[in-house]
Amino acid sequence: MSAVLDLFSVLAVLGGCFFFVAGTLGLLRFPDTLSRLHALTKADNLGLGLIVLGLLPRAGSVLGGLKLVLAWALVLLAGAAVSQVIARLARREGSAP
Amino acid sequence: MSGAWLLDGVLLLAVPAIALASLLSRRILPALAAFVAYGLLLALVWMRLGAPDVALTEAAVGGGVTGVLLIGAAARLRMPEAEAPPGWPLRLLTALLSLGITAGLAVAVLALPEPAPSLAPQAAAQLAATQLGNPVAGVLLAFRAIDTLLEAVVLVIAVIGIWGMAPDGAWGGRPGPEQLRLAEGPVVLLAMLLPPIGIVFGIYLAWVGADAPGGAFQGGSILAAMWILAWLAGLVRPPRIDSLALRLLVVAGPALFMLVGLAGFVVADGFMAYPAAWTKPVILLVEAALTLSIAVALCLLVAGWPMRRARA
Repeated sequence: MSAVLDLFSVLAVLGGCFFFVAGTLGLLRFPDTLSRLHALTKADNLGLGLIVLGLLPRAGSVLGGLKLVLAWALVLLAGAAVSQVIARLARREGSAP
Repeated sequence: MSGAWLLDGVLLLAVPAIALASLLSRRILPALAAFVAYGLLLALVWMRLGAPDVALTEAAVGGGVTGVLLIGAAARLRMPEAEAPPGWPLRLLTALLSLGITAGLAVAVLALPEPAPSLAPQAAAQLAATQLGNPVAGVLLAFRAIDTLLEAVVLVIAVIGIWGMAPDGAWGGRPGPEQLRLAEGPVVLLAMLLPPIGIVFGIYLAWVGADAPGGAFQGGSILAAMWILAWLAGLVRPPRIDSLALRLLVVAGPALFMLVGLAGFVVADGFMAYPAAWTKPVILLVEAALTLSIAVALCLLVAGWPMRRARA
């Protein structure tokens, strides 16, 4: 059972890392603000989400697991709001297509 | 422990790299973004050095509050890029001075005695007398309370200094600019969802500081951040700076701390000494008042000075 959980953790964290690398690549390579934001949110939502998912079996207690999920939810909330602000600003200042 | 070495190695490379990025950036906002990231990375470094109290302060004050203050300052400066760059003699002089400071710091660090002189064992041995569980809180609020008092007083002086920028006609009004550009949809939503969580967390961090990493500055910064968010979203307005209640809030922490310190002459062994049986309750009371005053002072630092002439 613990071997299965370990495998699950490794796969989920690796998946999370993949999305972080892909998001960073998009942030560096995409041509305009809105596409870059699109790439960035994948890193926040899926990358961090998968890492948290992978760490959940190792959290030790239900409270520890809840804290991990709360951290993810807060990052989602802040990331979504900040992306909206940046996107609106970009559209207003005309750097977006 | 090879994983820890990997993390330390990444931090060791990333911290100087992001510091350089912040210094070398020609534009002000990317430089500030790098500076905030630098503060957060530095907080991770403090964690790796086993200093969670310092890490929390670095993340909250060094990264968060300082970042907001610098962004506010940049917004008020307007067009710093339009200025002509200084000539080469001034630049050479600046470079030499900076190199001199760096070299001086390097010499000082390399000349430190080995092992470093430390009062840590004495502080740990006396900690039981304070009834606190966190040695950092013991040092900050009992053994070296005067340092903490001075830090809190500095914040009051900073608020007075900022209010001093107000033009004559605007004195006494509400601080800050009339219109906030951020007061729209997503920020408003965030400002309604986040404060309930942040306020609980800020109070928790200040309360737990007696026995675990945390404390007045860390908790106060988070409380301040919640008000600043609501202010940026246009949900709250700062009170007028001639409000007596506001002024009392700003000085409450340092004033109570000083009163307790003076009371030490009468009820204990001298200035800033606490009566033995009352040590912990007194420390908690002072810490609570400090948290409140720090939070209010930080909000006022970010809000700035009154700008409107009309008496609203």
